[in-house]
Amino acid sequence: MVGKVLKRTYVVLLFSFLYIPIAVMIAFSFNQSKSRTLFTGFTLDWYAQLFRDDAVLSALLLSIVLALVSAAIATVIGTMAAVGINRMRRGPRGVVMTLTYIPIVNPEIITGVSLMLLFVVVKAGLTMLVGSDSWLAQNLLGIPSLLIAHITFNLPYVLFNVAPKLRQMDYRLYEAALDLGCNSRQAFFKVVLPEIMPAVFSSFLICLTYSIDDFTISYFTAGNQQTLPIAIYAMTRKKVSPEINALSAIMFVVILAIILIANYRESAKNKKKRHK
Amino acid sequence: MPRKRNPGNGGQQAATLLKKNKGVATPYIAWVVVFTALPLLLVIYFAFTDRDGAFTLSNLTGLAGYASVFFLSLLLAVIATALCLVIAYPISFMLSRLRSGRQGIMLMLVMLPMWMNFLLRTYAWMSLLERNGLINKFLGLFGIGPFEMINTAGAVVLGMVYNYLPYMILPLYTAMLKIQPSIIEAAEDLGAGTWHKLTRVLIPLSKPGIKTGITMVFVPSISTFIISKMLGGGNFWLIGDLIESQFLGNSYNYNLGSAMSLVLMVVVLLIMSVTGGFDSEDIEGVI
Repeated sequence: MVGKVLKRTYVVLLFSFLYIPIAVMIAFSFNQSKSRTLFTGFTLDWYAQLFRDDAVLSALLLSIVLALVSAAIATVIGTMAAVGINRMRRGPRGVVMTLTYIPIVNPEIITGVSLMLLFVVVKAGLTMLVGSDSWLAQNLLGIPSLLIAHITFNLPYVLFNVAPKLRQMDYRLYEAALDLGCNSRQAFFKVVLPEIMPAVFSSFLICLTYSIDDFTISYFTAGNQQTLPIAIYAMTRKKVSPEINALSAIMFVVILAIILIANYRESAKNKKKRHK
Repeated sequence: MPRKRNPGNGGQQAATLLKKNKGVATPYIAWVVVFTALPLLLVIYFAFTDRDGAFTLSNLTGLAGYASVFFLSLLLAVIATALCLVIAYPISFMLSRLRSGRQGIMLMLVMLPMWMNFLLRTYAWMSLLERNGLINKFLGLFGIGPFEMINTAGAVVLGMVYNYLPYMILPLYTAMLKIQPSIIEAAEDLGAGTWHKLTRVLIPLSKPGIKTGITMVFVPSISTFIISKMLGGGNFWLIGDLIESQFLGNSYNYNLGSAMSLVLMVVVLLIMSVTGGFDSEDIEGVI
């Protein structure tokens, strides 16, 4: 009896701890005044203001484009790598996998500053070689460096998702395709790729979320550019504005919707399978 | 052309397949060499040179002056990791014992806050903990406080626990899923009380999850610079803040910053050699 009460209390406290901060933010996004403690009346003004905020909108656009492009490139390079590494001998494969672990294991700030050092050094080198007015030297730290950084931290996740799927695959399918007259390229696109497509697609989605969510690594490699998390950081350092609450509320609802849809589709798929 | 089914040619054929396929990993290998290995080598190079590129140890020896910052970072990270473990352990066990349908929903509810950007989550606590914040207002109703909560070490630890708790829950839950109910029942049948069930059965069997969880909470906690900035108000400089100030802040000294990064990396590696890092299997659910 006592145990049950204790258990209930613990669960309630834990979920309060997890959700009260978010609930308070969402509630105060509808608050008329700027107060963070007194609710003075309902308004949607902060949402309207948010959608007129050019800094936030352009940061959002950059984040979305960056996520799509970096996820696409990482997925392609990573899938190719998974195929190649799967066929490698033990020794070289070990070396490559250790290198793959580094961005996951290393603190993000180290990945960030180490990439920043690389870009700064390359920029200095370019300036020395071709002069400071070269386009690349002037623009390297910004969108190009962000793109490279995002691909770099996304690649391990593609490998870790696709490689197990490849190992599960029946290798004889590939050989059968070769026997039936495919060249290795055709065999890959017609047989192997459809087989591993779910893992490839989920890697792409994972990369999207990591890219949109990343602050630390972007912060060190963005130059003057602002991604959405960097814009959020700038907002938290400026004067208090309930705009940030409105942004949180929107993000929470969007994330909730995505997760619910994903879960719903998953369970629908499972049901279908069972009926078969 | 020899017939494919000929067993004598199997090895040779595999070898040609191998050759054909190996090339596709080349772009990736080039990528990790240039953008993962080379930047880390640059960190090491900068840590051991001065502004003119001459070899020096002064960056590393100069770190002695920052010993208190390193100590504070270590202390706060250890406290946050311990708190996460204690808070996460029961819920992970409960999750692993639920019926599979409810398990999915509950797990989703536990992980949902993590999907919000951590700057927003930390900002939420900023406004809650303020001197005129909601918590102090609430306590004031009972005539308690107001307390100085924001800009304290406690607030920084709270931020770490709030942000990284799911990283502890998930590996623990994954490890506990593998514990058969019959094993716990057997322990009960053999007369084990709650304490013995925990210390003799559950903890030993969930050890892989504990190790992974500790790594996954400790590493971001000891290297954060945002949580300490937002909730510590600049009163509590951690290693992350030091490094950031050398690269983007006022101090602006890449060589010193690299030396600090190098030490942080060594600390993290040491911790991982104790905890054994993490298995790729354990982080499957996370990534």
